[in-house]
Amino acid sequence: MKDGAVLEMRGICKFFPGVRALENVDFTLRQGEIHALMGENGAGKSTLIKVLTGVYPKDGGEVWLSDTPVHIKSPQDAQNKGIATVYQEITLCPNLTVAENMYIGRTKSPFTNWAKINRQADKLLDELGIPVSATEQLGNCSIAIQQMVAIARAVDMDCKVLILDEPTSSLDEQEVQKLFNLMRDLKAKGVGIIFVTHFLEQVYEVCDRITVLRDGKLVGEYIIEDLPRVQLVSKMLGKDFDDMAEIKSGSESENIDLNGTPVYQAINLTGTTGIKPFDFEIHKGEVNGFTGLLGSGRSESVRAIFGADRVTGGTVKIDGIPVKIRKPLDAMKHGISYLPEDRKLDGIVGDLSVRDNIILALQVMKGFFKPFSKAQAEAFADEYIKLLNIKTASQDTPIKSLSGGNQQKVILARWLLANPQYLILDEPTRGIDVGTKVEIQKLVLKLAAEGKSVTFISSEIDEMVRTCSRLIVMRDGKVVGELKGDDLNQNKIMATIAGGESK
Amino acid sequence: MTANEIKIKSGTSVKDILGKIVRNQLFIPLVALLLLILFNLVTDPGFFKIALEPNSDGNMVLSGNLITMIDYASELVILAIGMTLVTSASGGQDISVGATIAIAGSTVLRIVKTQSPDISGAKFAGIIIVSFLLCVVVSALFGAFNGALVAFFKIQPMVATLILFTAGRSIAAWINNNDNISITDKRFSYFGNFIPGISVPTPVFITILCLVIIAIVLKVTNLRLYSQSVGINASSSRLNGINPKVIKLLTFVILGICVAVCGFIKVSRTSSITYSVIANNIEMDAILAVALGGNNLGGGKFNLSASVLGAYVIQFLTTTLYKFKEIDSSSISAYKAVVVILLIIISSPFVRRWIDDMKNKREAAKKDLAMAAASADEALNNIESETGKESV
Repeated sequence: MKDGAVLEMRGICKFFPGVRALENVDFTLRQGEIHALMGENGAGKSTLIKVLTGVYPKDGGEVWLSDTPVHIKSPQDAQNKGIATVYQEITLCPNLTVAENMYIGRTKSPFTNWAKINRQADKLLDELGIPVSATEQLGNCSIAIQQMVAIARAVDMDCKVLILDEPTSSLDEQEVQKLFNLMRDLKAKGVGIIFVTHFLEQVYEVCDRITVLRDGKLVGEYIIEDLPRVQLVSKMLGKDFDDMAEIKSGSESENIDLNGTPVYQAINLTGTTGIKPFDFEIHKGEVNGFTGLLGSGRSESVRAIFGADRVTGGTVKIDGIPVKIRKPLDAMKHGISYLPEDRKLDGIVGDLSVRDNIILALQVMKGFFKPFSKAQAEAFADEYIKLLNIKTASQDTPIKSLSGGNQQKVILARWLLANPQYLILDEPTRGIDVGTKVEIQKLVLKLAAEGKSVTFISSEIDEMVRTCSRLIVMRDGKVVGELKGDDLNQNKIMATIAGGESK
Repeated sequence: MTANEIKIKSGTSVKDILGKIVRNQLFIPLVALLLLILFNLVTDPGFFKIALEPNSDGNMVLSGNLITMIDYASELVILAIGMTLVTSASGGQDISVGATIAIAGSTVLRIVKTQSPDISGAKFAGIIIVSFLLCVVVSALFGAFNGALVAFFKIQPMVATLILFTAGRSIAAWINNNDNISITDKRFSYFGNFIPGISVPTPVFITILCLVIIAIVLKVTNLRLYSQSVGINASSSRLNGINPKVIKLLTFVILGICVAVCGFIKVSRTSSITYSVIANNIEMDAILAVALGGNNLGGGKFNLSASVLGAYVIQFLTTTLYKFKEIDSSSISAYKAVVVILLIIISSPFVRRWIDDMKNKREAAKKDLAMAAASADEALNNIESETGKESV
């Protein structure tokens, strides 16, 4: 046992049918430190966390908590032993209130004084600066708030080890800062925090130590000062990596004929989801982006374009010809593809195989009475698994058992197979590893070079700056600015999002 | 060394195939069926005796327990087809099928009863076709009614179908003014019994026809992909251009058509109808068939063959229990429940995962052992380290 360690894992192994998910992985967490767990998709981060929290039984190795060897039987058991977890995907119950979610499964007496609990919850939420009432139904809150409630629940449980699995992927900058302050407070109190994230900046902002995993094996444990960013990335990828420098750019925008007929044009497009009517156009070979804070209406706008939500007014022209897009199938038939923001809820069809998930959109476009032959479907799936380098045991593997980044690639494959003229990608890089992020951005630029139009949305502004030649800025459901050329830089974008100068 | 390797390889492949069989959805209903057959053979060696004997009409027909079971399972098998599809797309079950079978049967009788028994063959065939088509339309409409409640008003399937579950038998009685109908034309009973000159019960042929039709439908349409997608993730299906409401409605209509066929067979068996008793509790057996087939009652992926096998298992079980003279007929349901609960537990994801876990652990231990052995070998005889590696 190392000095001051609250948690030590030695030689952890975990097998799934045909896969060694973890092989002899060691991990040490010291008191009062924030420890980043880094690795590509499928590196074994989530599996390690799930072994630690008793979701999966381990197949080998030992776990010590403060000098005592322990056997963690179930998530409940982990909780009782002081290991609290906030998962990437929110695992609370949307149909219960905030307070009920915070205290569910923790009240010892059979009688519960809800009034008292609500007061307690309100006090805690207030302390943490979470703007929600204890009696609000959780499902009515934004994803960010739900995430913070999950953290509040964990914090309140007096944990020794707090695991944050991608907690920031749906938070905006301010909320992230709030969370970091909270993490620093807890650190000062001696809580050991395991922080799993894909955001490198955040790791360097808040963490003390980094453990890197690759392909289910331990690469090493490093003190943050000793591991520059570039090296971290190369350790994660297992190869020297010329950062994002390869991407872009600036030059390809010259090929775009901005005076020609737009591939897609909307005039006064109005939906039911609280966005103001807006005009929008995109040209052949152009990559543009929608940006704004969470809830600014950027996702709602592209959903309106695709007909995902009810469209109530406006004119839409494809190649200059007026068309009606009322439902997703209309949009698909006019060569529009849409990769939705919420991969789990709107993207994957979890139990279906990777193959079925890939062919789904094209199959629907082909029609109910014209199924692809098995050989044809297999050929399509094979082609795109190779093209996008999707890591899957086989075509028949259910998509839900793939890692997040590979799931996203399958959805991308689905829409590329549909061969669209205009591709809308809403947060395609959320919650996936650096390597895949870069791959996706490169792919976007390649598609544009081939003459496709792409709308690319990302919470990470530097990604947008790298890939887009034009940015549409939204605030409170309204388009408040359009930036291109030299205006495309972090400061200008921030200023426009914040408002005050653009019209 | 190479011979050794081949041996290892073929050994694992046999094991892999075995594993695949065990994990196959058909495995448990098949084993249940085999166990039932075995049990019957042991307790009564003559249980499966099939004889060719003249029946009351003087036809030479096949008789025996096996024939009875396969014959009586027909309605259940046909229902299981529709129930599986409804389960897949809507994530719920239709509990009104027994009552709508009454409606379907009553509709058929309403048409057939108006005809005198001595009309010509061609005319009679016309009447049968008309009555069957009308019965299909009526059942499909009732199915659409259920489907509309589920798809458009988002009512849980069990609650939505509770309406017809309650009202169906009254509607059936109302169609024929609650008359006691008895069709005297012998030809009407052919569909639920035997056609003269053919020694296999007609419902068996009808069942095979239904199975062939649904197999073709699944082959030439995307019904499987669409209903599975909708059942797994309706929101995502919608964004892929599928209309989940239409698909849910469609599965209920298909179930309605299955109900029509069942209703037709049922009334033809007896040439009469008892509104309150016909196809009583068949909905529960149909749902059970789907569950026994290892299908998730929460919707999504389905295996139709497994449901069909499940239906036969239930009918075999029922018939087997009836054969025991010691068992009081009123307590048969309790015995049936015990067997069913055992089957359901064995096929539950929990037990399956537990078995998988045990297997993984064993394999991991074996691998580690092999690795340890290999490294020991290597350390011992450095010169022959090649051999050590290969044997891993």
